[in-house]
Amino acid sequence: MRDERLSVRGLEVEAGQFRLSGIDISAAAGEYLVLLGPTGAGKTILLETIAGLRRVRRGEIKLNGEDVTHLPPERRNIGFVYQDYALFPHLPVSDNIAFGLRLHREGRTEIERKVRWISSLIGISDLLPRRIDGLSGGERQRVALARALVLSPRALLLDEPLGALDPQYREELQQVLSRLHRELSPTTVHVTHDFEEAISLGDRVAVMEGGRIVQEGSVDEIFRRPASPFVARFVGARNVFPGEVIPEEGGGSEFVTNGVRLAVVTDITGPAHAAVRPEDILISHAPLSSSARNSMHGRITEIIDRGMVVYVRVTVPPDFVCAITRQSLAQMDLRLGMEVYISFKASAVHVF
Amino acid sequence: MRSSLMKAGFILLGAVLLIFILWPLVQTIFSSSPKGLWTTILDPKVRGAIGLTFYASAIATVIAILTGIPLAYLLARHEFPGKGLIEGLIDLPIVVPHTAVGIALLMVFGREGLLGKAFGAIGVRFVSSVPGIVIAMLFVSMPFLVNAARDGFAAVDPRLEGVARTLGAGPWTAFRKVALPLAWRNILSGTILMWARGLSEFGAVVILAYHPMIAPVLLYERFESYGLDYARPVAVWVILSSLAVFVGLRMLAGRRKK
Repeated sequence: MRDERLSVRGLEVEAGQFRLSGIDISAAAGEYLVLLGPTGAGKTILLETIAGLRRVRRGEIKLNGEDVTHLPPERRNIGFVYQDYALFPHLPVSDNIAFGLRLHREGRTEIERKVRWISSLIGISDLLPRRIDGLSGGERQRVALARALVLSPRALLLDEPLGALDPQYREELQQVLSRLHRELSPTTVHVTHDFEEAISLGDRVAVMEGGRIVQEGSVDEIFRRPASPFVARFVGARNVFPGEVIPEEGGGSEFVTNGVRLAVVTDITGPAHAAVRPEDILISHAPLSSSARNSMHGRITEIIDRGMVVYVRVTVPPDFVCAITRQSLAQMDLRLGMEVYISFKASAVHVF
Repeated sequence: MRSSLMKAGFILLGAVLLIFILWPLVQTIFSSSPKGLWTTILDPKVRGAIGLTFYASAIATVIAILTGIPLAYLLARHEFPGKGLIEGLIDLPIVVPHTAVGIALLMVFGREGLLGKAFGAIGVRFVSSVPGIVIAMLFVSMPFLVNAARDGFAAVDPRLEGVARTLGAGPWTAFRKVALPLAWRNILSGTILMWARGLSEFGAVVILAYHPMIAPVLLYERFESYGLDYARPVAVWVILSSLAVFVGLRMLAGRRKK
């Protein structure tokens, strides 16, 4: 058994019309767990419940093996950071950070020492005398982090910590988060709907949908072997097809969907789903002679520019979404309505 | 062009109302001779009545702070069946004619009333006494404080208190260190309004306690018994003292903002 710092078993919570049920998650000491799910999946409610801000109907929450299910939040020592920071607007930055230390009746010099320590670690020493309403979003989020971390919490809960930030600050704060995690390694649960955030920060990922955990595993597991079409679509494998697996002589299998036959590698037979990640599909003007066993001919029906990456929709049918770099788009001179070939390896098709 | 015409019209209409308010007050103040005003303020009955008015209203306000702020917090933070009814109840004293309030209070706090008897046993009398004045003022001016405090608490994000809890604050500490300071401006302005409203109460007080006389009752008595010339200097002092306190507190509240 792993050393479980935080463990949630069979948790059931009611919040108005919404309901969390059968929640099981755990995080080892120092682990960074990302809770991934769309808006309205119940991620914030789960975090608030772990923090003790919501009543548990059933199930248990343990910290270091201690049952804290019915402990009030002030006796859990769990740090909480909200998406919109939730700083105390009537206090300057230094008092915001010292808020918890004062409640724990630490000595004046000790409080000052700790506030200085965390501020320099997070890079906000200059902000200490400032008022909250003069700070930028990124600065506020750092203050919120400092306020939680200065108490050396037993677990750190982050509710979409990068969600309210402009892209340039987001990347910066993401680096702050991963550096803090290296240096302090607090056991962290980070809620987000952004899979890229999960990839770059998380040791493990739990995917949430409609008040339930639908899959939990390493980033790579979730990425490569999504357990349901929902997870597959959500983590960015845009090509998800329902169909049937038919075993072939010689060990291989074929996946039949929408009149298209895909070569796949799987033990599954019968009705199933297949997912192909957009970046695993190659686009070419002529049929490729390569090891790729799946090659099809189609027409470009959509080009979506996402900056670094461009998504190209090729209708065979069905539709395949392929990710290519902006550079390849220009080199190949791809345009709407153009006839192209797409190809991908049998092993690139995940059947589930 | 059209919009500036509209603005001019609105300014004109607004000015009519403002003049209507200011004129009588200003004329009352300036039509009394300084000598008359001076002899009036030397009258111990006048000074006593004005002092009593401020005092009784202050006591009523303190009672409302102790009982009304918790109520305001509950109303701002929780949903429960009958909440609308309670909110309506708080506004009720604004609608009910204040002489009717006096009668209703007399039914309960009078010598034969249930609470009147109970308090009588410990020597507290409400008819023709300061406690009577206090409860009359409390009844009619409480809505100003409760409503202002409720709005103040409602404007404080409950998650701030949640975060305070995760940082180690119990519910009471979170209330005291987060909700209360953030709703403070609303509470303060509600307190000022309630106190000022209490100072001006006549109808409910006069039924419960003609004596001891608060300033509005004394003013009424002077007018009824001796006529306008005797009532006017008293009115001037009542207006000036209320105004001075009101403006003073407003300025104090304004300074706290910065």
